[in-house]
Amino acid sequence: MRILSSLLRTLALAMTLALMPALAFAQQAAEDAFARLSADSFSDTARAIDILVQSAHPNAAVIIEALADGRLLAGGGAVAVKTKEGGFLDARTGQALAAQPAGASPVRLNNNVRRVIQGALGGLGLINPDPGKRVAAAEAVFRARDVSVLPVLEAAIAKETNDRARRALREAQAAILIAKTDAPPFDRIAAVDVLRERGDQDALATLRALPGDASPGLREAQARAISEIEGKLALWRAGQNLWYGLSLGSVLLLAAIGLAITFGVMGVINMAHGEMVMLGAYTTFIVQEVIRSRFPGLFDWSLAIAIPAAFIVAGAVGIAIERGVIRFLYGRPLETLLATWGISLILQQAVRTAFGPTNREVGAPAFMSGAFELGGLAITWNRLWIIVFAALVFAALLAILKLTPMGLQMRAVTQNRRMASAMGIRTGRIDALTFGLGSGVAGLAGVALSQIDNVSPNLGQSYIIDSFMVVVFGGVGNLWGTLISAMSLGVANKLLEPYAGAVLGKIALLVFIILFIQKRPRGLFALKGRAVEA
Amino acid sequence: MITRFLLSNMDRRGFVFLALIAAIGLLVPLANLLLPAGSPFHVSTATMSLWGKYLCYALLAISLDLVWGYCGILSLGHGAFFALGGYAMGMYLMRQIGSRGVYGNPVLPDFMVFLNWGELPWYWYGFSSFPFAMLMVLVVPGLLAFVFGWFAFRSRVTGVYLSIITQALTYALLLAFFRNDMGFGGNNGLTDFKDILGFNVQAQGTRAALFAMTCVMLISGFLIARGIVSSKLGKVVIAIRDAESRTRFLGYRVDRFKLFVFTVSACMAGVAGALYVPQVGIINPSEFAPANSIETVIWVAVGGRGSLVGAALGAVVVNWAKTVFTSGFMAPYWLFALGALFVFVTLFMPKGILGTAQGWWESRKRPAPVPAPEPAPAE
Repeated sequence: MRILSSLLRTLALAMTLALMPALAFAQQAAEDAFARLSADSFSDTARAIDILVQSAHPNAAVIIEALADGRLLAGGGAVAVKTKEGGFLDARTGQALAAQPAGASPVRLNNNVRRVIQGALGGLGLINPDPGKRVAAAEAVFRARDVSVLPVLEAAIAKETNDRARRALREAQAAILIAKTDAPPFDRIAAVDVLRERGDQDALATLRALPGDASPGLREAQARAISEIEGKLALWRAGQNLWYGLSLGSVLLLAAIGLAITFGVMGVINMAHGEMVMLGAYTTFIVQEVIRSRFPGLFDWSLAIAIPAAFIVAGAVGIAIERGVIRFLYGRPLETLLATWGISLILQQAVRTAFGPTNREVGAPAFMSGAFELGGLAITWNRLWIIVFAALVFAALLAILKLTPMGLQMRAVTQNRRMASAMGIRTGRIDALTFGLGSGVAGLAGVALSQIDNVSPNLGQSYIIDSFMVVVFGGVGNLWGTLISAMSLGVANKLLEPYAGAVLGKIALLVFIILFIQKRPRGLFALKGRAVEA
Repeated sequence: MITRFLLSNMDRRGFVFLALIAAIGLLVPLANLLLPAGSPFHVSTATMSLWGKYLCYALLAISLDLVWGYCGILSLGHGAFFALGGYAMGMYLMRQIGSRGVYGNPVLPDFMVFLNWGELPWYWYGFSSFPFAMLMVLVVPGLLAFVFGWFAFRSRVTGVYLSIITQALTYALLLAFFRNDMGFGGNNGLTDFKDILGFNVQAQGTRAALFAMTCVMLISGFLIARGIVSSKLGKVVIAIRDAESRTRFLGYRVDRFKLFVFTVSACMAGVAGALYVPQVGIINPSEFAPANSIETVIWVAVGGRGSLVGAALGAVVVNWAKTVFTSGFMAPYWLFALGALFVFVTLFMPKGILGTAQGWWESRKRPAPVPAPEPAPAE
């Protein structure tokens, strides 16, 4: 028993003796850091931050955060943290102070110090219990590339268990090693590999920043990694452009498909079609205004409410136009074109008079705002939903045309108006319904466009020529032709843009369509047989 | 039927039109130059330039009526030919500025100096010569119309499709001329002109001469158009309008007739543009806007499609109304009026002012006329 207790005592003494220098050293280092902070020199402040991180001072995180916000006060032998609530803490002990220490003033920062702070905060976050925080901290270190964090980083890697965090930590380590000229060459080449696997714009920038001292082997590895990353990025960029193209194509599809229906059935180009799109967008605006002022809780449902409303408004206006003007101009497509142009001017001016010439604000519901990343693609939710919406509208129209009696009659009138009439189809009624349907779909397009474009009286004008191109390119009487035409024009437009610029790309497409029409005067998917001459 | 009817009356009406334009072309410049400003018959220079603009539009309307009213080609891109003629004239006027520009460069126009261009692009060569520029006023629109028509008519692009691609043509040109790299002044276009043939563009005498010149060209354009439509060739052209397939089956090369009329019409539109630019003092890409071309169509429709005098009349009436409307408190309602005009004319006055007035006059003279059968639609 005695032996045991004496043994324990000896052990405790030994431990105390062994720990003594370490504790004393940490204490001393921290004192050094506080002295430096009081010196009010940028290089001393930067050094002090490094010391605080390396000595693992219990208050390091609080002190450095306060420093970053300009809330660290030093001077007169005291270093104090001003809390966000306005109180004061002693930086050494973390205990509350009654008042601001006399003679203490905020420690000043410059860009170099800020960079060191960023790295240091990263270093401190590396040992945070939350893996998400650790990844974020590793990212911060990756950007700051502060050599002083390296020991902390390596310690963190050694005990990291989360795969994602470990990868982020390794990448951060690689970013530091590659710039560290006295690191072992083998480690630096391994670092290049790690960055190559990361393969994004940041990795590329880090690789390019390789210092001039690199050995030939390292240089070669760097060059290979850069070219590989660039190839991969170019592929992603092409993918991104493809995505933009699909997005533009779906917008074109929405804007043009109603036009294709009316043109197919009635042989009439409706110049006021763009204004139907505009009316749909303004209907969305009005719906949102009502919801904002009366039922703010329904805001996320505003588009769902606006969709039928826009369909009804635009469809009703369309039927009114057909019954009021167009039916008197049958068999005279060019006159119809002029009259509908006149109607488009009137509608534009009416909206301008009612709502003013300036853009109106249409808000996005929560599910449509923001973006997410898919591999190297940045995808915004509103574009994604518009593509989905376009697909749904297309499918619904297809179903109406193929499955309903009205669709059957519409197709009959498209193929042979006189014969359809002889079979007892009331072609006048079909014309009115078709026009209403086409205009209503334009109204739906307006709801979608209100999310990505300015809602102004000129909204329709900017889409009408593109819609014509889609219809003319795709041919009439076949919705699939419109789909293919819209998608190929949208994708071609976006793929041409990086090479030719937006305007030249568009001109090239217009010229292409002009030439294409010479080759196939009735578009990609033309009706065959007698219908052509009708 | 209608066409023959119009043709038999054309002589008298055409004569009145020619006499009127000739009288205006002679008297207005004289009233401007010789009468003192206080005289009730004095015409101010601003008014004269305004009416000069209307007469340029009248020439443009005649050129469009030639293809639309007589050949059934609804071109929604005639503004492009007008603007190209205008640009050719504008380039000549730019070169005449010489070293008097803001930057004082003797060769390069101001906008090129501004864009740091080293030398004149090749397509600006020769435009310092007036005869060359005038040749280009005809050749550039004519060539474009020829190439475009060559492809379009040979492959039998007709009706609405043709209208849409003419619109695409002018839209493509609009986008192209907006680019600074094109070397036509980009968004701002060509302006700040000084001299034409050594005379100050702003001077009263030059304005009067330009006005008289516009009348001369309007008369020439009218005579050429009338010569075409009343010749045997014109009869075929009208036949194409009324029944294209039938004319083709009768052995006529429809595409060649169409191409000829379209090209002549484009040249005429180019001349109208060239006369328009020095009187207005600016040419910019907005002249290519598809809306402008469609507006031209409505002038023709208002005046009377298929009647050259009617087209000219429509252009003057609509533009005069536009000036009156847009300068007063009615300005916000002009687009309502213009839109209503489109609808009203197509619905209730398919023959335009002149045709409707004529029909009314005839029905008074002969109480019970046999209504002329409508010509079957072309397609």
